[in-house]
Amino acid sequence: MFKQIASILMCAAIIGCAKGNMQQAETINIAGSTAFQPFAEKLAEEFMSAHPDVRVNVQGGGSAVGIQSVQSGVVQIGMADLVTLPKEAEGLNSIVAAKDAIVIAVHPDNKIDNLSLQQIQDVFSGKVNSWEQLGGEKGEKGEKKTIAVVSREEGSGTRNSFHDLVLKGVQLSPHALIQNSTGAVKMMIQTDPSAIGYITHGVVTPDVKAVAIDGIAPSLKNIKAGKYNVVRPIFLLTKGELQGKAKEFIDFILSPQGQKTIADNGLLPVK
Amino acid sequence: MLKPIFWEQVMKKVLFIGTAITVFILFFIILYILKNGLPVVDLEFLLSSPKDFGRAGGIFPCIVGTIVLTLVAIVIATPLGVGTAIYLTEYTKKGRLISIIRFGTECLAGIPSIIFGLFGFVLFVVYLGLGWSILSGGLTMTFMILPTIIRTSEEAIKSVPNSYREVSLSLGGTKWQTIVNVVLPSALPGIVTGIILGVARSIEETAVVIFTAGSVLRIPTSLFDSCRTMSVHFYILAREGISMENAYGTAAILVITILLINMFAYWLMHRLMAKYS
Amino acid sequence: MKSKENLIQFGLLLTALSTIAILLLIALFIFQEGLPIILKVGISGFICGSHWSPQQGQFGIFPMIIGTAWITVGALLVSLPLSMSCAIYLSEFSTAKVRAILKPIIELLAGIPSVVYGFIGMVILFPMVRNYFGGTGPCVLSASIILGIMILPTITSIALDSLRAVPYSFREGSLALGATRWQTIRMVVLPAAKSGILSGIILGVGRAVGETMAVIMIAGNSVIIPNSFLDPVRTLTANIALEMNYAIGDHRQALFATGIVLFITIMILNVVANTIARGGVKE
Repeated sequence: MFKQIASILMCAAIIGCAKGNMQQAETINIAGSTAFQPFAEKLAEEFMSAHPDVRVNVQGGGSAVGIQSVQSGVVQIGMADLVTLPKEAEGLNSIVAAKDAIVIAVHPDNKIDNLSLQQIQDVFSGKVNSWEQLGGEKGEKGEKKTIAVVSREEGSGTRNSFHDLVLKGVQLSPHALIQNSTGAVKMMIQTDPSAIGYITHGVVTPDVKAVAIDGIAPSLKNIKAGKYNVVRPIFLLTKGELQGKAKEFIDFILSPQGQKTIADNGLLPVK
Repeated sequence: MLKPIFWEQVMKKVLFIGTAITVFILFFIILYILKNGLPVVDLEFLLSSPKDFGRAGGIFPCIVGTIVLTLVAIVIATPLGVGTAIYLTEYTKKGRLISIIRFGTECLAGIPSIIFGLFGFVLFVVYLGLGWSILSGGLTMTFMILPTIIRTSEEAIKSVPNSYREVSLSLGGTKWQTIVNVVLPSALPGIVTGIILGVARSIEETAVVIFTAGSVLRIPTSLFDSCRTMSVHFYILAREGISMENAYGTAAILVITILLINMFAYWLMHRLMAKYS
Repeated sequence: MKSKENLIQFGLLLTALSTIAILLLIALFIFQEGLPIILKVGISGFICGSHWSPQQGQFGIFPMIIGTAWITVGALLVSLPLSMSCAIYLSEFSTAKVRAILKPIIELLAGIPSVVYGFIGMVILFPMVRNYFGGTGPCVLSASIILGIMILPTITSIALDSLRAVPYSFREGSLALGATRWQTIRMVVLPAAKSGILSGIILGVGRAVGETMAVIMIAGNSVIIPNSFLDPVRTLTANIALEMNYAIGDHRQALFATGIVLFITIMILNVVANTIARGGVKE
């Protein structure tokens, strides 16, 4: 019995290795920013339908994983959505593939449509903690309706960008609820009428309401015109100059067709 | 004397209510998932690929991913686990080494999955350069299910009556021949039970798989491909709010699989116990 | 022939040592990755520091330790009454047939994926907590209820086994002296099964401390020392799983260091459970 198991194991390992080696030339691994991941998956799908001999593996993991895995060679392309790249990304080539607006979102039932930058800072720092103070509704029984602030986890690219672009040095309240993905933040907002959080523009749907900042709504028009300026770059990182299919993939992302895919799904094209 | 009898009645009722609540919770969870999930499930859901990140379409790649990842773990963990069980039951008298090994097994069983995830990520994904792959995930999972297989196999081997061994040895069989020809076949249902419980463990695990096997939503073609298991798919669908219907559907499939696996394991265990008692 | 037998025995010994090897390997990797930051910050600074803000160089995990403790105690408060009721009822009052059916059914609870528990907490518990207790939903209370249900099968099944292991003669002696069944349970059976039950509870605690995915989904993950059962908290496990994706440099090391604290905690719990269980056997 053991001999059989051992031989099966060996076979599996050998087949696995052979296949792995055989495919290495045609596989592109890309990992990093969860904000750009859905777009990368879509781009990968299109690229693969044009190049059936190539497999593009898209992993999330976050910007740090993107940077680390490019540095260590686990992937050829890393994705990072930080306003400024950390020192760990030194020596990597960076290409801006798209731009992304960050949107302040609340529950659709919330009466608030507009907040000033000051008000947003007060809410996220915990200085203001009821919707009433912002001109919103009281609770059903007239009680104070506390604001549930939802933020991303420490280190997140979206969080860092939000701190840089909106909070500007104001400390986030420690009572803020922490979720570790854009989708999870959105889930919190759409299920809790008292919640407020920030998500990328690309994932806004009617399930949540995007709030205008100082009267400027985060519409595609305003973002493109540069009026709504809570916008951050999305980087593609590579180690040295890329060769072959990986380079072709990046070229595809930057091509008019790739940029159109990006724009169609809610991000801002760079070209 | 009224008082003790009164207490007896009260306590009996209280304990009964506690038991009833527990059973109710279990049925509630299972029925809730099935009620919301089963309407989505049909053959197409099982056999088609997801579209639009899982918003539409089925879960076929996740089923394949789950099966392959589990197979890798089982194929490696079974010989290790059964071998350890044989050594612990057949070859050793009590000793320091044995108590250390047994303690190690207990500890391994108690280690939180997130630690296995961290470890698998550093060792397999980064250090050995396997990347997020079925191999990384399967190897990490091997370590997680090893204690289950060891413990269940040990119990099964112990339950084989000594007279069986004596007959074989007195007929001139060596120790190893006795183990292979007499002990293991008799203990087989128990060993299989352990393997099945290991399968269940690797199907339900989420954190470890995300850390080591990644979450690429495609049918894997080699052991070096990343895959997404059903649990991970459910987690991502539900947590990111991608599609509640498909999340419930996936959960229903998960719960049914786990139910069947557990029932099968108990049936086997029951057979083994009936055989020797 | 003899040498072949010896070879097999040696091979099996190596196999048996694999668990120890794995355990050491895990410890080695986790410590290697996490120890530098602990040494840099200092053990007391890391464990007793109350500020966690890795990007500003603050690495205190005290709120997470307290958070883990709150949730674990809460889970025990939820779980103990139910699991002990189950164990005692099934062992002492129910018929053998009911026991044979219910025990595997309760153990089934352990097989349901933890993400499913987390999800149930999100969709069913959050609105309930919001309506009856106020707050936002994710909090110590929600997490305690879900974790309490998750550790039910562990405690129930071990407690049941140790109650069944009490020799029947103990009960007969007590009943013959005129004691009622409840008096017999309270004064004879429970004390005799004490160590087994206790080690079951400790293993349940281990499971609660180690749970990750369900906790992330329902505990709220704020890094604060909770004042009430309605405050959100972050556990040690949640800290690792939440931030691992984006952690670089010291931050990453600090998460592995969180893993070290978790690893040591679980090891201590295992040793205690083991010692208690062994003490029971000797009696």
